[in-house]
Amino acid sequence: MTDRKSTGGALDRRTTLKLGAAGLGAAAFGFPAIVRAQTDAIRIGHLTPMTGFLGALGGYAVLGIKMAEEEINQAGGVMGRPIQVISEDSINPDTAATKAQRMLDRDGAAFLMGEISSASALAISQVAARNKRLFLSIGARSDTLRGKSCNKYMFCVDIPNTVMVNAVGSALLRDNMVKGKRFVTLTADYVFGHDLLRAAKAFFAAHGGNLVGDELVATDVTDFSPYLLKIRQARPDVVCSNLAGNQVTNLIKQYAEFGLPYPIVGFNLNTADAWAAGEGNLSGTWPTVWYHTLDTPGSKAFVEKFVKKNGKPPENHAWIQYISLKLMAEAMNAAKSTDSETLGAYLEKGTQFDILKARKAYFRAWDHQLIQEAYPFTVKPKAQIKDKWDMLQLGAAVPNPDQPLESIYPTREQNPCSL
Amino acid sequence: MEFVFLLEQVVNGLVLGGYYLLIALGLSLIFSVGGVVNLAHGAFYALGAYAALEIRARLGFAPAVILSPVAVGVLGIAFERLLLRRFYRADPILSLLVTFGLAMVAEQAIRMIWGAAPLPVAIPAALKGPVMVGDFLFSRYRLLLLAIVVAVLAGIWFLLNRTAFGSVVRAGVQKPDMVAALGIRLQPYMTAIVVLGVGMAALGGALFAPITTVHPAMGAEIMTVAFVVVVIGGLGSFWGVVLAAVLVGVVRGLTIHFLPAAGEASMYVLMFLVLLLRPRGLLGERIEKFE
Repeated sequence: MTDRKSTGGALDRRTTLKLGAAGLGAAAFGFPAIVRAQTDAIRIGHLTPMTGFLGALGGYAVLGIKMAEEEINQAGGVMGRPIQVISEDSINPDTAATKAQRMLDRDGAAFLMGEISSASALAISQVAARNKRLFLSIGARSDTLRGKSCNKYMFCVDIPNTVMVNAVGSALLRDNMVKGKRFVTLTADYVFGHDLLRAAKAFFAAHGGNLVGDELVATDVTDFSPYLLKIRQARPDVVCSNLAGNQVTNLIKQYAEFGLPYPIVGFNLNTADAWAAGEGNLSGTWPTVWYHTLDTPGSKAFVEKFVKKNGKPPENHAWIQYISLKLMAEAMNAAKSTDSETLGAYLEKGTQFDILKARKAYFRAWDHQLIQEAYPFTVKPKAQIKDKWDMLQLGAAVPNPDQPLESIYPTREQNPCSL
Repeated sequence: MEFVFLLEQVVNGLVLGGYYLLIALGLSLIFSVGGVVNLAHGAFYALGAYAALEIRARLGFAPAVILSPVAVGVLGIAFERLLLRRFYRADPILSLLVTFGLAMVAEQAIRMIWGAAPLPVAIPAALKGPVMVGDFLFSRYRLLLLAIVVAVLAGIWFLLNRTAFGSVVRAGVQKPDMVAALGIRLQPYMTAIVVLGVGMAALGGALFAPITTVHPAMGAEIMTVAFVVVVIGGLGSFWGVVLAAVLVGVVRGLTIHFLPAAGEASMYVLMFLVLLLRPRGLLGERIEKFE
């Protein structure tokens, strides 16, 4: 054995290692943002993941909501008062719940909004319900949030999993890629992924698709090679991704790396993750809630302003946070209140909001979700790509203009929500 | 057929182990020589990836893989001279706090310079795609990676065991006072080891950028695995780290084959078992000695 003293004084290597493990553990906790006090401002608690596998999306989310905050304050605020958005990293469901409670108790937040992670959104919604305060769940897509776990104080903005499956599904049905085909799915192993898998299974069952393999993938997986080998062993007709965040980027890159011949489709993809995939790696059909090439005057003006300010086009989470704060400001002005009960009652009335899409959107009273258009997209051929942001070809909006918006959403029979 | 599937996972796990090794070996080296657990090691991996991305945009893929570790190695000199050196003999909690803090500073700096969104990096077209060996599927790119890892490993082993430099380092690990008594200053050797360690991490980052997501927190992601590998292998044992890296890769592959949801948990279970049955780690009896 070595003389310990000689290598490092009082240092005991095993102790050092234990402390090292503790240090790595501590990395899981974040550090609170600095809250600047501002009297008479309407404070809004905003939680979103800024680190971890959804962190990149959260970066865009903050840019989007800050831009809306500035615009609202420049236009005179809400009811003559400025608004102040307190943004913090939600990190994980436990921390998100703790921070949500603190924002209400200590930071004087009138209500809460934000999130991308369905698991954290669920945790925050419970805090909101306990405190009888409004929570606008912006970027979380799990059906459960609008279904079994819906509550009186939560309103959901993003399209739910069922709508994403329907948006891509309609394109797949058109291309004859469902009936009698063998599917293998890769699913993010948390509430969102499970939920998406359920929606996908329902779709396959309804349209004669055959699910021959389904793999659960932990959210911190960076290497997909063992999964790719399993896919090849199953020899499916179509590979289907129910993954989230960085997972999708990693899968796409490694799928191209291993050169598997099966077409790949997915029921969830955020544009930041598509952009990160790298040239020539992405293929297939995917759903989206919004894309910066969407051809409406409102959307174009928003994109132009965002690019000027940030030097890059907005991702869908920037857009959705922007329109969410805008519609809350509109609601507060119209209801002349920041009280959660009053605002909730106002949103339930089904007011039509301009969300920069061709058709206006509204909250459905019985399950509190925003009813809006969705889009499938495919990847542009290389020759047509203008710049690195311009890699996706947005398909026609679903549902068709002659169909009611609700036709792509779960019906009252399908959705087990009772408020 | 089932057996062939398993064999395929085992071989794939070996390749993956090579990647873990690039990060873990440096961590283990710095720990053996300086007695410091460098929690900022992942940050150098991330910096390697980002540096490679910048160099590649200007000079191409191969220069990026070579120059990125060199650039990060230079940063390593500053890191060792200005910071790490002061903590070799201090209370371990201090070095942990400092390197942990540095890891956060580095991650935030990356976020400020390159943005929070992941950046696109692709495999060079010539290296993309599968290679079939019999009925086995390999990624062409990963085979290249494996070759590089084996070369680096052989180089490090040779350096430590067959050169005067290696003799001093190994002597310094065991009896620094004796080395000093012989009139040899250990400090330049320490610097060299740290440069070597962070350079390997940067090489890992440069090589893995095309197949994983390049984002600011990528360093924190890899750090946990590297740490687990070092603990399983046994502190300061060169072959222990090699064995552990390969083992973690293979066990993960096999677990995913049978129980995909438990894939990421498998390495912690492995660590748990090793610590329970053999607290020193697999090859830990030759603690603090490289051979």
